[in-house]
Amino acid sequence: MPDLAIVVPSLLNGITTGALYALVALGLTLIYGVLHIINFAHGALLMIGLYAVYFLNVQFGVDPYAALLIVPPLMFAIGYALQRGIITRSSHGRDENILLATLGLSIVIENLALYFFKSDTRIIDTPYSFETVEVLGAFLPLPKVIAFFGALATAALFWLVMARTDLGKAIRALAKERKGAALVGIDTEHVYAMSFGLGIACLGVAACLLLPSYYVTPQVGHGFILIAFTIVVLGGMGSFVGALLGGFTIGIVEAMGGLFLGESLGQIGIFLIFILVLIFRPAGLLGHKA
Amino acid sequence: MRRREFLATGVAALGVTGFPAVLRAQPAPVKIGLIHPVTGFIAFSGTQSRAGAQMAIEEINAAGGIKSLGGAMLEAVLGDSQGKPELGAAEVTKMVEAGVHGIVAGYSSAISLATSQEAAKTNTPHVVDVGVADDIMNRGLTNTFRFAPGYSKIASAAVANLDTINKAAGSPAKTALVVHEESLFGTGSAKLLSVELPKIGIEVVDVIKHANPTRDFTNIVLQIKSKKPDIIIPANYYNEYILFARTLQQQKVEAKAIYSVLGGAASNYQFVKEFPDVADQIMDCNHWFNPKSELALARKKAAEAKGLVYTYEVFLTYNAVAYLADAIERAGSTDKEKVIAALADSTWDQHGMPYGATKVENGQNIGAKPVNTQILNNDIEVIYPAEFASAEAVFPMKSNA
Repeated sequence: MPDLAIVVPSLLNGITTGALYALVALGLTLIYGVLHIINFAHGALLMIGLYAVYFLNVQFGVDPYAALLIVPPLMFAIGYALQRGIITRSSHGRDENILLATLGLSIVIENLALYFFKSDTRIIDTPYSFETVEVLGAFLPLPKVIAFFGALATAALFWLVMARTDLGKAIRALAKERKGAALVGIDTEHVYAMSFGLGIACLGVAACLLLPSYYVTPQVGHGFILIAFTIVVLGGMGSFVGALLGGFTIGIVEAMGGLFLGESLGQIGIFLIFILVLIFRPAGLLGHKA
Repeated sequence: MRRREFLATGVAALGVTGFPAVLRAQPAPVKIGLIHPVTGFIAFSGTQSRAGAQMAIEEINAAGGIKSLGGAMLEAVLGDSQGKPELGAAEVTKMVEAGVHGIVAGYSSAISLATSQEAAKTNTPHVVDVGVADDIMNRGLTNTFRFAPGYSKIASAAVANLDTINKAAGSPAKTALVVHEESLFGTGSAKLLSVELPKIGIEVVDVIKHANPTRDFTNIVLQIKSKKPDIIIPANYYNEYILFARTLQQQKVEAKAIYSVLGGAASNYQFVKEFPDVADQIMDCNHWFNPKSELALARKKAAEAKGLVYTYEVFLTYNAVAYLADAIERAGSTDKEKVIAALADSTWDQHGMPYGATKVENGQNIGAKPVNTQILNNDIEVIYPAEFASAEAVFPMKSNA
């Protein structure tokens, strides 16, 4: 039985870690949840974002948070180009082709990273990497606290884009009825690419907020991809608030599971909750029934 | 006629001087299979191992190759296990079909178990480079050799050395907590430590196992904090070690020592360079070269000149290849039985390690042993045993605050 004095700090840590997971899942919920593209390259693209933040910091001294002005737009451009140049062209409108194209992309991207960056583990050191904020007797690492608020802000921004802008309306129209959207004059290819770009830009935000407390290697995405898919389904496909809620849930379950069941066995809790939610709420916590 | 004579003379002269080099059969290359996880979750270590092996092959070739085989060059046949034992075994099958004369593999214990087992089916000489599990050598495979120590030897040395260091400081450490990764290496090390530490009067207050990869160590560190162990003993791979060490500092954990056993980072120049504050005073019981050996220092310099970080994977795999090459040299043949016999009665001493001349029993070099290192003044110093020590141990740790 764990010491009760560490339950609260562990819980708070679970919430802040969950925010990082949610950040990675936010982009996926747009791509997977709204556009129904199973993007297996999500982890590999997160890795590109992390390397971008790393090299900006090491080569040009750009702070990871200042890189928020550079990396997300760069990632948006990469996402837009990938969707228009590779995914749409190779899919020919078939879902299984999209799946294989993104899987192939992830392998190509990872191997290119291995070739160019080698397999070294790279970490940046910032003046605030070891700063902590004391909350209810718990020392929360400052980068994680910033990531927590960053996740909230990003989710709010995404919600605003989807709810209040023409682009958001077009994306939602496209998600519901592609042919109908095309008939009313929406440039479907462009909107698809914009959506994919936005999802990947979100990974750029995640990379900026993640690197002060994490590392990057060519395989770094593997640790996040399954968690991100789980969060998207758990929260409800296409729901940004659901992604946040799913992220926090996974973070807390992981922390508590580790505490009560042991660090290795604790991971089971994530998938146990996932299966239970699928049984009792197949559309996810905040998803809408089809 | 004069023209014909000239041509005939010229051809004859070429036959004597120029052509032999072309026409005489070049000795066939000696193929060495190198299987390492150069992709996957332990790719950093696998790449380092491969680099060490290639460095050995380059240097042996530059020095004239295998002289007893007429200067035959060593040729590397490269394989990637991707960190998976079954893929490592599949690489062995491919390499044997490609006619390799010996195999050096496979960085991790689990992979080395699989590659040596597969190589045994064709009696192909197999040298384990880094894998430390005792089981690798306990199966009676006559083709399998290990130049470096196994983990029961490392764990018992770690405990005995810790006892000496603790007693020298007036025995301030009474409790320890072990944090280990979940594969064969971490689990096996933790099990041995749990048995051995109480024998020197150190109570093991908890053993925490974690997955690879672990994305966040805060939970584990919180548990450590609540148990207040005198000594924290991590046994995990590099990526997890970095996150763990950073989290220890973030959560302001105070201990008398962070004492790694085969720690992925405490004997790693890259870690020391990137995180001097976190790394400061961390101790490790690990594979390490003899800092008083000119040969070892020359190799370190040569590796660093190539841009390599001189981790233990580099020099252990270098030595595994050189040990195999020495056996082929002495065997004067690539016949498997002869190479295996030469590996078994090796007395090789050009390794720069604190081992003495090789002495092999049941495939294991019994002279192989780890040393204790400590990160002091942004460098890795050997602190124990005294005959190899380059600095005095700092124990208990001085607060960084």
